Amino acid sequence: MTEPAPSEVPAQRGRRAQRASAARARRRVSVVGVLGELLMTGGVLVLLFLAWQLWWNDAVMAASQSRAAESISQGWTADVAPDPDPAPVTEEGYGDPVVATAPGNADAFAVLYVPRFGADYQRTIAQGTGTDVLNSAALGIGHYPSTQMPGEVGNFAIASHRSANGGGMHLIHELQLGDAIYVQTADGYYTYRFRDFEYVPPSAVEAIAPVPHDPEATPVDRLITLTTCNPLLSTAERIIAYGVFESWQPTSAGAPAELAAMMPAG
Amino acid sequence: MYAALWRILPGPLWVRILLVLILLAAVLYSLATWVFPWVNTIVDNQEVTVGSP
Repeated sequence: MTEPAPSEVPAQRGRRAQRASAARARRRVSVVGVLGELLMTGGVLVLLFLAWQLWWNDAVMAASQSRAAESISQGWTADVAPDPDPAPVTEEGYGDPVVATAPGNADAFAVLYVPRFGADYQRTIAQGTGTDVLNSAALGIGHYPSTQMPGEVGNFAIASHRSANGGGMHLIHELQLGDAIYVQTADGYYTYRFRDFEYVPPSAVEAIAPVPHDPEATPVDRLITLTTCNPLLSTAERIIAYGVFESWQPTSAGAPAELAAMMPAG
Repeated sequence: MYAALWRILPGPLWVRILLVLILLAAVLYSLATWVFPWVNTIVDNQEVTVGSP
């Protein structure tokens, strides 16, 4: 009656032993298991870095570059009282544009405005196309030192990131014929109009020649050239956007109407 | 590895979950603050120019 079933106790012991050994097996750290977890962790880290680089840091740097450009621009306009009686405007505007001397490396000397890139788009242009300019939280757009200055006869060529690090030329592919490209310097405002795109290999240095693709020719036009990587998120090619100089006006004359509407008051 | 980490954590389930979330937040914060900016200086992603500047 009270006699335990002969098979029950060993069976319970067996189950317990099984459970215990299963627990030991789970506890045992296998090399393959750890390796697998490390590999998965690595994959997650890479994805996290890409997300950080393309979205988080990109947005942080875009905001900081925009603020820096705004403060530089305000520094230039604050010193100059609007001229109540500006120089007589001829049919040719304010005459030949003032051409500044080339600044030192990484020195900020201009602000770029492209309404097509957004009403609040503004970026500082500094001398040189190294990481100290392109990856800077305060600058962002680099001027090829071998090319001309804003308003100069020849080619004012600049470069910027298309994605990450503030993405100064993220929307370059949206430019349409005739779109305004404004460059503000301490001297005044240079208005260029977008002309055309080119897609070239990274080695195509002739795209930034005074006369693009004809390095020996003597320039007569005033061009602006924007270069960045193409396709988006790749560095296989470069996308080139050319603009043609339209007009110039000194700081005292105020910004061109379209630009004045974009610029924050004060 | 992570199973061992989970076993090392003390306390009842909700304390462990809380600790895991805190650890995760600390890891993400240090990645975004120190590790990723450093990696960004190494990764060659500044090829936006033509020719050799």
